[in-house]
Amino acid sequence: MSIATDPTAGQPVTRSKMQISKTDVAIDVIGMNKWYADFHVLRDIDLRVMRGERIVIAGPSGSGKSTLIRCINRLEEHQQGQIIVNGTELTNDLKRIDEVRREVGMVFQHFNLFPHLTILQNLTLAPIWVRGIPKAEAEATAMHYLNRVKIPEQALKFPGQLSGGQQQRVAIARSLCMQPKIMLFDEPTSALDPEMVKEVLEVMISLAEEGMTMICVTHEMGFARQVANRVIFMDQGQIIEQNEPEAFFSNPQHERTKLFLSQILH
Amino acid sequence: MTDISFVRSEMTGASPAPNPTSGPLVWVRKNLFATPSDTLLTLLGLAFLAWIVPPLYGFLIGRAVPPGGTVEQCRVENVGACWAYIASELDFFVYGFYPAAEYWRVNIVFAMLALLIIPLAMPKAPYKRLNAILFIIAFPIASVILLSGGVFGLRYVPTEQWGGLMVTLIISVVGICLSLPLGIVLALGRQSSMPIIKSICVAFIELIRAVPLITILFMASIMLPLFMPAGVTVDKFLRALVGVTLFSSAYMAEVVRGGMQAIGRGQYEAAAALGLSYWKRMGFIILPQALKHVIPGIVNSFIALFKDTSLVYIVGMKDLLEAVKTKNDAIEWASPTQAITGYIFAAAVFWMFCFSMSRYSQFMERRLNTGHKR
Repeated sequence: MSIATDPTAGQPVTRSKMQISKTDVAIDVIGMNKWYADFHVLRDIDLRVMRGERIVIAGPSGSGKSTLIRCINRLEEHQQGQIIVNGTELTNDLKRIDEVRREVGMVFQHFNLFPHLTILQNLTLAPIWVRGIPKAEAEATAMHYLNRVKIPEQALKFPGQLSGGQQQRVAIARSLCMQPKIMLFDEPTSALDPEMVKEVLEVMISLAEEGMTMICVTHEMGFARQVANRVIFMDQGQIIEQNEPEAFFSNPQHERTKLFLSQILH
Repeated sequence: MTDISFVRSEMTGASPAPNPTSGPLVWVRKNLFATPSDTLLTLLGLAFLAWIVPPLYGFLIGRAVPPGGTVEQCRVENVGACWAYIASELDFFVYGFYPAAEYWRVNIVFAMLALLIIPLAMPKAPYKRLNAILFIIAFPIASVILLSGGVFGLRYVPTEQWGGLMVTLIISVVGICLSLPLGIVLALGRQSSMPIIKSICVAFIELIRAVPLITILFMASIMLPLFMPAGVTVDKFLRALVGVTLFSSAYMAEVVRGGMQAIGRGQYEAAAALGLSYWKRMGFIILPQALKHVIPGIVNSFIALFKDTSLVYIVGMKDLLEAVKTKNDAIEWASPTQAITGYIFAAAVFWMFCFSMSRYSQFMERRLNTGHKR
């Protein structure tokens, strides 16, 4: 478990641009259930994410939080209920799945960069082969995002030559190159050395400031406090409690939430 | 109580190592005479070399009859290798019963093969795409026309007359070039989520792998014609070629599958999350990594295939080894070391090709290493 750091000490988050739409639904999860064989991992999940929301999902390990966001881009299949992403309902239809994945970026705990490709090739592969963007244009976009995550000088290296924090920033840039409407973060800082957490969180904060719709599974409570507009607490495959971060941290209602917060906020 | 507080005031710079850490003397001391048991092993090794090298030298070079010698020289007491025999029968070893007047056709094919495969194998050589297209499409067509003849005024040479190194190389090159893609397709099929495709691939792989190559070649040469409609014949050479390729592809499929299993789930997921389709995920992300992991296994299969080509004697083809065996009985060169010299020659040719493949695979492994081992 990472330390609850305050990643933005000294640089206040500009919440002005972080507009949340009142009518535009980005993700709608309705009565969703999922089983692994006989094990009921997600139970009656109802979650509506409006465009521009920054949601942090917290909870003990095994609570189903990663599984939930992995259902949103169909890395996992749900058995019951509906998941509608950007107006497309996820079914077995491969075309719809690809449609959703094109618009939903995902950042993994272990980065999952492609080790046999250079950083630049990692960033341009999907734009070229999924979106059909010309190579030169894709490379220009890639360099733009590498600049944004502050490592343009690494473009021609291989992932194995970068530090964990740099790799994770590349992974974020790789998702952004597809110009997604929604970003999913699955414990993006959990596999990082403590010294590298901050550089990754800074990138995520700047994304939030630009109004990206984000769902982050994370234990970075400092990040949740500063960036999220909603914190969701999960346990045993269910949403136990959700609230605005201020109220969530200062006045948790459910016993399980109180216990969890007392364990991680020392 | 001691003071445990410490603050470094100055960083220590890097300094050179106190003793020379490299050089031939250091190497010898470190690798050959480091401990008494190392020294003993080194001395034993030297003794073994002293025991084996002089007689080998004597047989292969010292007492050997060089190319151009006569059969009488080969028949003297205690003679070495009879290289004169190899030199005089070399044409047969390379071309088999191919008509001597048409050797140039085979030579052109050999030259084309070398001219296309060498730049293809060199990572830095330009025009890779053109090179590959020429090799995969133009070269086979040109080779069939040249070797078989029957068109453009070229004399028809039936495959029964092909033989020697030429047959070995044709079967190997075709087998290698076809078994890798076929193996990849089979490996993908075996991993497929579609049950029918999966079952077909599993059945094919398990059936072919469980049967000796000799059996497959027999099947191809004796059984296959029974199933063909009357009047339709498939060339014996072609049948052997198909048999060898299918056999090798089943092994290749399992090698490739092994490589695919070494790829973490995260790679599949990251590729899928970017919206890449199945074939693009496999083609751009999974296979390049999987194949790189199993280069030693792939080359292992290539080498096995190269040597297995000698089994086509079963169906009456005279490959290099069979050509040598045939001439080993030739009465005009009958001498004490005729057969052994023939086998040494065949072994040396096989070794040369297989060792080259092995070295090339090591070169590619080093070159493709992007330092990603976690």
